[in-house]
Amino acid sequence: MSDKIIIKDLNFYYSNAKQALKNINIPIKEKVVTALIGPSGCGKTTFLRCLNRMHDLYSGNRYEGEIILDGRNILEKGLDLIKLRSKVGMVFQKPTPFPMSIHDNIAFGLKLLGIRNRGELAGRVEKALRDSAIFEETKDRLHESALSLSGGQQQRLCIARAVAVEPEVILMDEPCSALDPVATAKIEDLMTDLKQNYTVVIVTHNMQQAARVSEYAGFFMMGELVEFDITEKIFTAPSNKLTEDYVTGRFG
Amino acid sequence: MNLHYLTRKAANIMALTASALSAAFGIAFLFWILKDVLVMGLPAINASFFTELPAPPGTEGGGLANAILGTFMITVIATAIGVPAGILAGTYLSEYGRKSRVADTVRFISDILVSAPSIVIGVFVYAILVRPFGGFSAIAGAVALAIIMLPVVTRTAEEMLKLVPNATREAALALGAPHWKVTVHVVYRGAIRGITTGVLLAVARVSGETAPLLFTSFNNAFWNFKLTEPTATLTVTIFNYAMGPYEDWHARAWGAALLITSVVLLVNVFARVILGGRSAQ
Repeated sequence: MSDKIIIKDLNFYYSNAKQALKNINIPIKEKVVTALIGPSGCGKTTFLRCLNRMHDLYSGNRYEGEIILDGRNILEKGLDLIKLRSKVGMVFQKPTPFPMSIHDNIAFGLKLLGIRNRGELAGRVEKALRDSAIFEETKDRLHESALSLSGGQQQRLCIARAVAVEPEVILMDEPCSALDPVATAKIEDLMTDLKQNYTVVIVTHNMQQAARVSEYAGFFMMGELVEFDITEKIFTAPSNKLTEDYVTGRFG
Repeated sequence: MNLHYLTRKAANIMALTASALSAAFGIAFLFWILKDVLVMGLPAINASFFTELPAPPGTEGGGLANAILGTFMITVIATAIGVPAGILAGTYLSEYGRKSRVADTVRFISDILVSAPSIVIGVFVYAILVRPFGGFSAIAGAVALAIIMLPVVTRTAEEMLKLVPNATREAALALGAPHWKVTVHVVYRGAIRGITTGVLLAVARVSGETAPLLFTSFNNAFWNFKLTEPTATLTVTIFNYAMGPYEDWHARAWGAALLITSVVLLVNVFARVILGGRSAQ
Protein backbone atom coordinates (compact mmCIF):
# COMPACT_ATOMS: atom_id res chain seq x y z
CA MET A 1 0.00 0.00 0.00
CA SER A 2 1.49 3.28 -1.06
CA ASP A 3 1.23 6.62 0.68
CA LYS A 4 -1.39 8.90 -0.87
CA ILE A 5 -0.62 11.89 1.31
CA ILE A 6 2.51 12.48 3.36
CA ILE A 7 2.35 15.17 6.01
CA LYS A 8 5.74 16.50 7.03
CA ASP A 9 6.34 18.75 10.06
CA LEU A 10 3.01 20.48 9.67
CA ASN A 11 2.41 23.49 11.90
CA PHE A 12 -0.78 25.50 11.66
CA TYR A 13 -1.61 28.88 13.14
CA TYR A 14 -5.03 30.54 13.24
CA SER A 15 -5.31 34.25 12.50
CA ASN A 16 -5.34 35.01 16.24
CA ALA A 17 -1.76 33.61 16.27
CA LYS A 18 -2.85 30.56 18.25
CA GLN A 19 -0.89 27.51 17.18
CA ALA A 20 -3.44 24.78 16.54
CA LEU A 21 -1.17 22.06 15.15
CA LYS A 22 2.37 21.25 16.23
CA ASN A 23 4.79 19.25 14.14
CA ILE A 24 2.41 16.76 12.66
CA ASN A 25 3.87 13.85 10.66
CA ILE A 26 1.47 11.31 9.18
CA PRO A 27 1.59 9.07 6.14
CA ILE A 28 -1.93 8.53 4.78
CA LYS A 29 -2.24 5.26 2.89
CA GLU A 30 -4.06 4.93 -0.38
CA LYS A 31 -7.53 3.34 -0.51
CA VAL A 32 -7.94 2.66 3.17
CA VAL A 33 -9.79 4.50 5.92
CA THR A 34 -7.65 6.53 8.28
CA ALA A 35 -9.40 7.66 11.48
CA LEU A 36 -8.39 10.63 13.59
CA ILE A 37 -9.47 10.53 17.21
CA GLY A 38 -8.91 12.71 20.25
CA PRO A 39 -10.70 14.97 22.72
CA SER A 40 -12.58 18.10 21.60
CA GLY A 41 -10.32 20.97 20.59
CA CYS A 42 -7.33 18.70 20.02
CA GLY A 43 -6.85 19.82 16.41
CA LYS A 44 -8.19 16.86 14.44
CA THR A 45 -10.74 18.92 12.50
CA THR A 46 -8.15 21.66 12.00
CA PHE A 47 -5.81 19.03 10.60
CA LEU A 48 -8.48 17.63 8.28
CA ARG A 49 -9.24 21.10 6.93
CA CYS A 50 -5.56 21.54 6.07
CA LEU A 51 -5.79 18.67 3.60
CA ASN A 52 -8.06 20.59 1.22
CA ARG A 53 -6.88 24.01 2.40
CA MET A 54 -10.28 24.99 3.71
CA HIS A 55 -8.53 27.38 6.10
CA ASP A 56 -7.69 29.62 3.16
CA LEU A 57 -11.29 30.87 3.14
CA TYR A 58 -10.56 32.96 6.20
CA SER A 59 -7.72 35.41 6.06
CA GLY A 60 -4.77 35.34 8.43
CA ASN A 61 -4.46 31.57 8.82
CA ARG A 62 -0.97 30.23 8.25
CA TYR A 63 0.56 26.84 7.45
CA GLU A 64 4.15 25.67 7.87
CA GLY A 65 5.68 22.41 6.68
CA GLU A 66 4.60 20.19 3.81
CA ILE A 67 1.57 18.20 2.76
CA ILE A 68 2.59 16.04 -0.17
CA LEU A 69 -0.31 14.72 -2.24
CA ASP A 70 0.82 12.42 -5.05
CA GLY A 71 4.30 13.86 -4.91
CA ARG A 72 3.29 17.50 -4.92
CA ASN A 73 3.33 19.86 -1.96
CA ILE A 74 -0.19 21.30 -1.75
CA LEU A 75 0.89 24.08 0.60
CA GLU A 76 3.07 25.72 -2.03
CA LYS A 77 2.19 29.20 -3.18
CA GLY A 78 0.14 29.60 -6.34
CA LEU A 79 -1.43 26.16 -6.10
CA ASP A 80 -4.80 25.94 -7.87
CA LEU A 81 -7.19 25.46 -4.95
CA ILE A 82 -10.09 24.65 -7.26
CA LYS A 83 -8.12 21.74 -8.71
CA LEU A 84 -7.03 20.61 -5.25
CA ARG A 85 -10.58 20.61 -3.93
CA SER A 86 -11.91 18.70 -6.90
CA LYS A 87 -9.31 16.04 -6.07
CA VAL A 88 -9.88 16.13 -2.29
CA GLY A 89 -13.60 16.11 -1.44
CA MET A 90 -15.13 16.78 1.94
CA VAL A 91 -18.18 15.78 3.98
CA PHE A 92 -19.03 17.99 6.93
CA GLN A 93 -20.22 17.40 10.45
CA LYS A 94 -23.71 18.72 9.85
CA PRO A 95 -25.37 17.80 6.57
CA THR A 96 -24.95 20.68 4.11
CA PRO A 97 -27.54 20.18 1.36
CA PHE A 98 -27.76 23.08 -1.07
CA PRO A 99 -31.13 24.85 -1.22
CA MET A 100 -32.15 23.12 -4.46
CA SER A 101 -33.51 19.77 -5.64
CA ILE A 102 -31.87 16.44 -4.86
CA HIS A 103 -30.88 16.06 -8.51
CA ASP A 104 -29.45 19.59 -8.70
CA ASN A 105 -27.40 19.06 -5.54
CA ILE A 106 -25.43 16.33 -7.30
CA ALA A 107 -25.55 17.99 -10.71
CA PHE A 108 -23.95 21.14 -9.27
CA GLY A 109 -20.63 19.37 -8.83
CA LEU A 110 -20.92 17.57 -12.17
CA LYS A 111 -21.56 20.84 -14.02
CA LEU A 112 -18.34 22.14 -12.48
CA LEU A 113 -16.60 19.35 -14.34
CA GLY A 114 -18.14 20.66 -17.54
CA ILE A 115 -20.83 18.00 -17.93
CA ARG A 116 -23.84 19.69 -19.59
CA ASN A 117 -25.58 16.88 -21.43
CA ARG A 118 -28.86 16.12 -19.64
CA GLY A 119 -28.70 12.40 -20.24
CA GLU A 120 -25.15 12.10 -19.01
CA LEU A 121 -25.98 14.24 -15.96
CA ALA A 122 -28.96 12.02 -15.10
CA GLY A 123 -26.81 8.90 -15.40
CA ARG A 124 -24.01 10.27 -13.24
CA VAL A 125 -26.50 11.54 -10.64
CA GLU A 126 -28.09 8.11 -10.43
CA LYS A 127 -24.73 6.37 -10.13
CA ALA A 128 -23.62 8.69 -7.32
CA LEU A 129 -26.88 8.16 -5.45
CA ARG A 130 -26.59 4.39 -5.88
CA ASP A 131 -22.98 4.37 -4.71
CA SER A 132 -24.07 6.27 -1.62
CA ALA A 133 -26.97 3.91 -0.88
CA ILE A 134 -29.62 6.58 -1.15
CA PHE A 135 -31.00 6.01 -4.65
CA GLU A 136 -33.88 3.73 -3.61
CA GLU A 137 -35.20 6.30 -1.15
CA THR A 138 -34.95 9.24 -3.52
CA LYS A 139 -35.57 7.89 -7.02
CA ASP A 140 -39.20 9.07 -7.07
CA ARG A 141 -38.48 12.53 -5.69
CA LEU A 142 -35.28 13.65 -7.42
CA HIS A 143 -36.83 17.02 -8.20
CA GLU A 144 -37.99 17.74 -4.67
CA SER A 145 -35.99 20.02 -2.42
CA ALA A 146 -33.02 18.34 -0.74
CA LEU A 147 -34.07 20.11 2.44
CA SER A 148 -37.09 17.79 2.65
CA LEU A 149 -34.85 14.77 3.33
CA SER A 150 -34.15 13.50 6.86
CA GLY A 151 -30.80 14.27 8.48
CA GLY A 152 -29.35 10.84 7.69
CA GLN A 153 -30.55 11.02 4.10
CA GLN A 154 -29.13 14.53 3.74
CA GLN A 155 -25.76 13.32 4.94
CA ARG A 156 -25.75 10.43 2.44
CA LEU A 157 -26.76 12.93 -0.24
CA CYS A 158 -23.73 15.03 0.73
CA ILE A 159 -21.54 11.95 0.41
CA ALA A 160 -23.11 11.24 -2.98
CA ARG A 161 -22.38 14.82 -4.00
CA ALA A 162 -18.77 14.44 -2.93
CA VAL A 163 -18.23 11.12 -4.75
CA ALA A 164 -20.09 12.24 -7.89
CA VAL A 165 -17.18 14.43 -8.94
CA GLU A 166 -14.84 11.44 -8.51
CA PRO A 167 -12.22 12.85 -6.17
CA GLU A 168 -9.30 10.74 -5.04
CA VAL A 169 -9.48 11.55 -1.36
CA ILE A 170 -12.60 12.04 0.76
CA LEU A 171 -12.33 13.90 4.05
CA MET A 172 -15.08 13.30 6.58
CA ASP A 173 -15.45 15.56 9.58
CA GLU A 174 -17.51 13.66 12.17
CA PRO A 175 -20.02 12.70 9.49
CA CYS A 176 -22.27 10.79 11.91
CA SER A 177 -22.33 13.07 14.93
CA ALA A 178 -25.70 14.55 14.02
CA LEU A 179 -27.27 11.20 13.12
CA ASP A 180 -29.12 8.41 14.91
CA PRO A 181 -27.62 4.88 15.18
CA VAL A 182 -29.50 3.50 12.16
CA ALA A 183 -28.31 6.30 9.88
CA THR A 184 -24.83 5.95 11.37
CA ALA A 185 -24.72 2.25 10.52
CA LYS A 186 -25.66 3.03 6.93
CA ILE A 187 -22.89 5.58 6.61
CA GLU A 188 -20.35 3.21 8.15
CA ASP A 189 -21.29 0.55 5.58
CA LEU A 190 -20.88 3.18 2.96
CA MET A 191 -17.35 3.98 4.13
CA THR A 192 -16.40 0.35 3.73
CA ASP A 193 -17.58 0.51 0.12
CA LEU A 194 -15.93 3.85 -0.53
CA LYS A 195 -12.43 2.66 0.32
CA GLN A 196 -12.47 0.35 -2.71
CA ASN A 197 -12.02 3.48 -4.81
CA TYR A 198 -11.14 6.33 -2.52
CA THR A 199 -8.68 7.26 0.18
CA VAL A 200 -10.83 8.19 3.18
CA VAL A 201 -9.78 10.27 6.18
CA ILE A 202 -12.37 10.51 8.94
CA VAL A 203 -12.48 12.54 12.12
CA THR A 204 -14.63 10.94 14.79
CA HIS A 205 -15.46 11.27 18.45
CA ASN A 206 -16.83 7.78 18.51
CA MET A 207 -14.05 5.32 19.24
CA GLN A 208 -16.09 2.24 18.40
CA GLN A 209 -16.68 3.82 15.04
CA ALA A 210 -12.98 4.40 14.50
CA ALA A 211 -12.29 0.79 15.48
CA ARG A 212 -15.02 -0.52 13.15
CA VAL A 213 -14.27 1.42 9.99
CA SER A 214 -10.59 2.28 9.90
CA GLU A 215 -7.33 0.52 9.06
CA TYR A 216 -5.10 3.25 10.47
CA ALA A 217 -5.73 5.61 13.35
CA GLY A 218 -4.09 8.70 14.75
CA PHE A 219 -4.61 10.04 18.25
CA PHE A 220 -4.42 13.83 18.63
CA MET A 221 -4.10 15.83 21.81
CA MET A 222 -3.51 19.56 22.33
CA GLY A 223 -2.57 20.06 18.70
CA GLU A 224 -0.05 17.25 18.68
CA LEU A 225 -0.16 13.81 17.15
CA VAL A 226 0.42 11.53 20.12
CA GLU A 227 0.40 8.25 18.25
CA PHE A 228 -0.25 6.94 14.75
CA ASP A 229 -0.46 3.26 13.92
CA ILE A 230 -2.67 0.55 12.52
CA THR A 231 -6.08 0.81 14.19
CA GLU A 232 -5.91 -2.56 15.87
CA LYS A 233 -2.68 -1.64 17.61
CA ILE A 234 -3.99 1.77 18.74
CA PHE A 235 -6.96 0.09 20.39
CA THR A 236 -5.36 -3.04 21.79
CA ALA A 237 -1.71 -2.30 22.42
CA PRO A 238 -1.00 1.42 22.20
CA SER A 239 2.59 2.34 22.84
CA ASN A 240 1.78 5.66 24.50
CA LYS A 241 0.25 5.92 27.98
CA LEU A 242 -1.95 8.88 26.91
CA THR A 243 -3.42 6.90 24.01
CA GLU A 244 -4.16 3.99 26.29
CA ASP A 245 -5.89 6.23 28.84
CA TYR A 246 -7.98 7.81 26.10
CA VAL A 247 -9.06 4.67 24.24
CA THR A 248 -9.91 2.88 27.48
CA GLY A 249 -12.11 5.82 28.50
CA ARG A 250 -10.07 7.02 31.43
CA PHE A 251 -10.42 10.60 30.20
CA GLY A 252 -11.81 12.61 27.31
CA MET B 1 -42.88 33.68 49.66
CA ASN B 2 -46.55 34.02 48.81
CA LEU B 3 -46.36 37.84 48.75
CA HIS B 4 -43.34 37.64 46.50
CA TYR B 5 -45.28 35.44 44.12
CA LEU B 6 -48.24 37.85 44.10
CA THR B 7 -46.08 40.90 43.31
CA ARG B 8 -44.50 39.05 40.43
CA LYS B 9 -47.89 38.09 39.13
CA ALA B 10 -49.16 41.67 39.44
CA ALA B 11 -46.09 43.04 37.67
CA ASN B 12 -46.66 40.57 34.87
CA ILE B 13 -50.30 41.59 34.45
CA MET B 14 -49.34 45.28 34.44
CA ALA B 15 -46.61 44.82 31.86
CA LEU B 16 -48.88 42.73 29.66
CA THR B 17 -51.69 45.29 29.84
CA ALA B 18 -49.38 48.20 29.10
CA SER B 19 -47.83 46.52 26.04
CA ALA B 20 -51.21 45.32 24.74
CA LEU B 21 -52.65 48.84 25.05
CA SER B 22 -49.64 50.34 23.29
CA ALA B 23 -49.98 47.85 20.46
CA ALA B 24 -53.69 48.62 20.15
CA PHE B 25 -52.91 52.37 20.13
CA GLY B 26 -50.59 51.98 17.14
CA ILE B 27 -52.84 49.64 15.19
CA ALA B 28 -55.93 51.78 15.85
CA PHE B 29 -54.40 54.66 13.92
CA LEU B 30 -53.58 52.43 10.98
CA PHE B 31 -57.17 51.23 10.77
CA TRP B 32 -58.48 54.76 11.25
CA ILE B 33 -56.42 55.94 8.29
CA LEU B 34 -57.43 52.98 6.16
CA LYS B 35 -61.09 53.53 6.99
CA ASP B 36 -60.95 57.25 6.13
CA VAL B 37 -59.10 56.64 2.88
CA LEU B 38 -61.58 53.95 1.91
CA VAL B 39 -64.71 55.94 2.79
CA MET B 40 -63.53 59.19 1.19
CA GLY B 41 -61.74 57.63 -1.75
CA LEU B 42 -64.20 55.03 -2.94
CA PRO B 43 -66.74 57.50 -4.44
CA ALA B 44 -64.01 58.92 -6.72
CA ILE B 45 -63.11 55.55 -8.18
CA ASN B 46 -64.85 54.84 -11.46
CA ALA B 47 -63.89 53.88 -15.00
CA SER B 48 -62.93 57.38 -16.11
CA PHE B 49 -60.68 57.72 -13.05
CA PHE B 50 -58.41 55.12 -14.66
CA THR B 51 -58.82 56.10 -18.31
CA GLU B 52 -59.19 59.87 -18.65
CA LEU B 53 -56.92 62.88 -18.32
CA PRO B 54 -57.60 65.39 -15.55
CA ALA B 55 -60.46 67.73 -16.41
CA PRO B 56 -59.86 71.49 -16.33
CA PRO B 57 -60.67 73.04 -12.94
CA GLY B 58 -64.37 73.51 -12.37
CA THR B 59 -65.51 71.07 -15.06
CA GLU B 60 -67.07 67.73 -14.24
CA GLY B 61 -65.50 64.33 -14.85
CA GLY B 62 -61.93 63.55 -15.85
CA GLY B 63 -59.50 61.09 -14.34
CA LEU B 64 -55.89 60.50 -13.34
CA ALA B 65 -54.83 58.08 -16.04
CA ASN B 66 -51.65 60.03 -16.81
CA ALA B 67 -50.62 60.09 -13.14
CA ILE B 68 -51.22 56.35 -12.78
CA LEU B 69 -49.03 55.71 -15.80
CA GLY B 70 -46.41 58.19 -14.52
CA THR B 71 -46.16 56.56 -11.10
CA PHE B 72 -45.89 53.14 -12.73
CA MET B 73 -43.22 54.31 -15.19
CA ILE B 74 -41.10 56.11 -12.62
CA THR B 75 -41.33 53.26 -10.11
CA VAL B 76 -40.35 50.67 -12.72
CA ILE B 77 -37.32 52.69 -13.85
CA ALA B 78 -36.31 53.38 -10.24
CA THR B 79 -36.51 49.64 -9.55
CA ALA B 80 -34.46 48.86 -12.64
CA ILE B 81 -31.72 51.18 -11.41
CA GLY B 82 -31.90 50.68 -7.65
CA VAL B 83 -32.46 46.94 -7.30
CA PRO B 84 -29.53 45.51 -9.30
CA ALA B 85 -27.15 48.03 -7.74
CA GLY B 86 -28.50 47.27 -4.27
CA ILE B 87 -28.30 43.50 -4.67
CA LEU B 88 -24.75 43.69 -6.01
CA ALA B 89 -23.71 45.99 -3.16
CA GLY B 90 -25.31 43.60 -0.66
CA THR B 91 -23.45 40.73 -2.32
CA TYR B 92 -20.18 42.58 -1.90
CA LEU B 93 -20.89 43.24 1.78
CA SER B 94 -21.90 39.66 2.56
CA GLU B 95 -19.73 37.57 0.23
CA TYR B 96 -16.56 39.49 -0.45
CA GLY B 97 -15.82 42.29 1.98
CA ARG B 98 -17.33 40.95 5.17
CA LYS B 99 -14.77 42.33 7.55
CA SER B 100 -12.97 44.85 5.37
CA ARG B 101 -12.81 48.57 6.09
CA VAL B 102 -14.48 49.39 2.79
CA ALA B 103 -17.45 47.21 3.71
CA ASP B 104 -17.77 48.82 7.13
CA THR B 105 -17.79 52.23 5.48
CA VAL B 106 -20.40 51.18 2.93
CA ARG B 107 -22.59 49.79 5.70
CA PHE B 108 -22.27 52.97 7.73
CA ILE B 109 -23.09 55.22 4.78
CA SER B 110 -26.02 52.98 3.81
CA ASP B 111 -27.45 53.32 7.29
CA ILE B 112 -27.16 57.09 7.10
CA LEU B 113 -28.75 57.13 3.65
CA VAL B 114 -31.71 55.06 4.91
CA SER B 115 -32.59 57.75 7.39
CA ALA B 116 -31.82 60.71 5.12
CA PRO B 117 -34.96 62.84 4.63
CA SER B 118 -36.35 62.05 1.20
CA ILE B 119 -36.76 65.74 0.38
CA VAL B 120 -33.01 66.17 0.72
CA ILE B 121 -32.53 63.47 -1.90
CA GLY B 122 -35.06 65.28 -4.11
CA VAL B 123 -33.13 68.53 -3.82
CA PHE B 124 -29.88 66.70 -4.51
CA VAL B 125 -31.21 65.18 -7.74
CA TYR B 126 -32.63 68.60 -8.64
CA ALA B 127 -29.11 69.95 -8.39
CA ILE B 128 -27.42 67.20 -10.41
CA LEU B 129 -30.05 66.24 -12.99
CA VAL B 130 -32.81 68.85 -13.21
CA ARG B 131 -30.93 72.14 -13.29
CA PRO B 132 -27.99 71.11 -15.51
CA PHE B 133 -30.30 69.50 -18.09
CA GLY B 134 -32.78 72.28 -18.15
CA GLY B 135 -35.96 70.84 -16.74
CA PHE B 136 -38.00 68.42 -14.69
CA SER B 137 -38.08 64.88 -16.03
CA ALA B 138 -39.35 61.39 -15.31
CA ILE B 139 -35.81 60.07 -15.31
CA ALA B 140 -34.79 62.53 -12.58
CA GLY B 141 -37.72 61.31 -10.50
CA ALA B 142 -36.71 57.71 -11.07
CA VAL B 143 -33.11 58.44 -10.05
CA ALA B 144 -34.31 60.09 -6.84
CA LEU B 145 -36.44 57.07 -5.98
CA ALA B 146 -33.59 54.71 -6.92
CA ILE B 147 -31.31 56.52 -4.46
CA ILE B 148 -33.92 56.05 -1.75
CA MET B 149 -34.24 52.35 -2.61
CA LEU B 150 -30.55 51.65 -2.82
CA PRO B 151 -29.61 51.46 0.88
CA VAL B 152 -32.77 49.54 1.75
CA VAL B 153 -32.12 46.91 -0.89
CA THR B 154 -28.40 46.78 -0.06
CA ARG B 155 -28.91 46.08 3.62
CA THR B 156 -31.76 43.62 3.10
CA ALA B 157 -29.79 41.71 0.48
CA GLU B 158 -26.79 41.61 2.81
CA GLU B 159 -28.85 40.36 5.76
CA MET B 160 -30.60 37.71 3.66
CA LEU B 161 -27.33 36.48 2.15
CA LYS B 162 -25.79 36.27 5.61
CA LEU B 163 -28.63 33.97 6.68
CA VAL B 164 -27.28 31.34 4.28
CA PRO B 165 -25.12 29.17 6.55
CA ASN B 166 -21.36 29.39 6.08
CA ALA B 167 -21.29 25.58 6.04
CA THR B 168 -23.23 25.69 2.76
CA ARG B 169 -20.60 27.97 1.19
CA GLU B 170 -17.80 25.76 2.50
CA ALA B 171 -19.49 22.66 1.12
CA ALA B 172 -19.78 24.22 -2.33
CA LEU B 173 -16.18 25.46 -2.27
CA ALA B 174 -15.03 22.02 -1.09
CA LEU B 175 -16.43 20.59 -4.33
CA GLY B 176 -13.97 22.74 -6.20
CA ALA B 177 -16.39 25.49 -7.19
CA PRO B 178 -15.04 28.98 -7.83
CA HIS B 179 -16.26 31.70 -5.49
CA TRP B 180 -18.55 33.42 -8.01
CA LYS B 181 -20.32 30.16 -8.89
CA VAL B 182 -20.91 29.46 -5.23
CA THR B 183 -22.44 32.92 -4.85
CA VAL B 184 -24.59 32.80 -7.97
CA HIS B 185 -25.74 29.17 -7.95
CA VAL B 186 -25.86 28.29 -4.27
CA VAL B 187 -25.98 31.35 -2.02
CA TYR B 188 -28.48 33.31 -4.15
CA ARG B 189 -30.70 30.24 -4.32
CA GLY B 190 -30.84 30.15 -0.56
CA ALA B 191 -31.56 33.85 -0.20
CA ILE B 192 -33.86 34.48 -3.16
CA ARG B 193 -37.11 34.65 -1.20
CA GLY B 194 -35.73 37.01 1.39
CA ILE B 195 -34.20 39.27 -1.23
CA THR B 196 -37.42 39.32 -3.26
CA THR B 197 -39.32 40.32 -0.14
CA GLY B 198 -36.87 43.12 0.55
CA VAL B 199 -37.13 44.36 -3.03
CA LEU B 200 -40.93 44.39 -2.89
CA LEU B 201 -40.93 46.31 0.39
CA ALA B 202 -38.49 48.83 -1.08
CA VAL B 203 -40.70 49.25 -4.17
CA ALA B 204 -43.73 49.74 -1.94
CA ARG B 205 -41.88 52.31 0.06
CA VAL B 206 -40.73 54.47 -2.84
CA SER B 207 -44.02 54.27 -4.72
CA GLY B 208 -45.53 56.35 -1.94
CA GLU B 209 -42.83 59.05 -1.97
CA THR B 210 -43.87 62.60 -2.80
CA ALA B 211 -41.23 65.07 -1.68
CA PRO B 212 -38.39 63.85 -3.95
CA LEU B 213 -40.71 63.87 -6.96
CA LEU B 214 -41.79 67.49 -6.40
CA PHE B 215 -38.24 68.53 -7.25
CA THR B 216 -37.59 66.07 -10.03
CA SER B 217 -40.48 64.77 -12.13
CA PHE B 218 -42.78 67.63 -11.02
CA ASN B 219 -46.22 67.31 -12.61
CA ASN B 220 -48.02 67.29 -15.92
CA ALA B 221 -51.67 67.71 -16.81
CA PHE B 222 -51.32 65.67 -19.99
CA TRP B 223 -50.04 62.34 -21.18
CA ASN B 224 -46.28 62.07 -21.24
CA PHE B 225 -44.32 59.15 -22.58
CA LYS B 226 -40.93 60.83 -22.76
CA LEU B 227 -38.47 60.24 -19.96
CA THR B 228 -37.05 63.74 -20.38
CA GLU B 229 -40.33 65.59 -19.79
CA PRO B 230 -42.13 66.51 -16.56
CA THR B 231 -44.42 63.63 -15.57
CA ALA B 232 -47.50 63.39 -13.40
CA THR B 233 -47.50 60.94 -10.50
CA LEU B 234 -50.23 59.93 -8.09
CA THR B 235 -48.43 61.21 -5.03
CA VAL B 236 -47.66 64.66 -6.43
CA THR B 237 -51.23 64.82 -7.73
CA ILE B 238 -52.53 64.12 -4.24
CA PHE B 239 -50.33 66.92 -2.93
CA ASN B 240 -51.57 69.44 -5.53
CA TYR B 241 -55.24 68.46 -5.49
CA ALA B 242 -55.49 68.33 -1.73
CA MET B 243 -54.14 71.90 -1.55
CA GLY B 244 -56.46 73.11 -4.32
CA PRO B 245 -59.70 75.02 -3.85
CA TYR B 246 -62.07 72.72 -5.76
CA GLU B 247 -64.31 70.05 -4.21
CA ASP B 248 -63.86 67.55 -7.03
CA TRP B 249 -60.06 67.96 -6.80
CA HIS B 250 -60.31 66.91 -3.17
CA ALA B 251 -62.45 63.94 -4.14
CA ARG B 252 -59.95 62.88 -6.77
CA ALA B 253 -57.06 63.29 -4.32
CA TRP B 254 -58.86 60.88 -1.97
CA GLY B 255 -59.32 58.50 -4.86
CA ALA B 256 -55.60 58.67 -5.69
CA ALA B 257 -54.78 58.13 -2.00
CA LEU B 258 -56.98 55.04 -1.95
CA LEU B 259 -55.34 53.68 -5.08
CA ILE B 260 -51.74 54.17 -3.94
CA THR B 261 -52.55 52.86 -0.44
CA SER B 262 -54.16 49.73 -1.88
CA VAL B 263 -51.20 49.07 -4.15
CA VAL B 264 -48.69 49.52 -1.32
CA LEU B 265 -50.79 47.31 0.94
CA LEU B 266 -51.08 44.60 -1.71
CA VAL B 267 -47.34 44.63 -2.39
CA ASN B 268 -46.68 44.35 1.35
CA VAL B 269 -49.10 41.46 1.78
CA PHE B 270 -47.58 39.74 -1.25
CA ALA B 271 -44.09 40.17 0.25
CA ARG B 272 -45.28 38.60 3.53
CA VAL B 273 -46.75 35.68 1.64
CA ILE B 274 -43.43 35.05 -0.11
CA LEU B 275 -41.54 35.23 3.17
CA GLY B 276 -44.15 33.02 4.85
CA GLY B 277 -43.61 30.41 2.15
CA ARG B 278 -40.00 30.12 3.23
CA SER B 279 -40.66 29.45 6.89
CA ALA B 280 -43.24 26.84 5.92
CA GLN B 281 -40.74 24.98 3.79
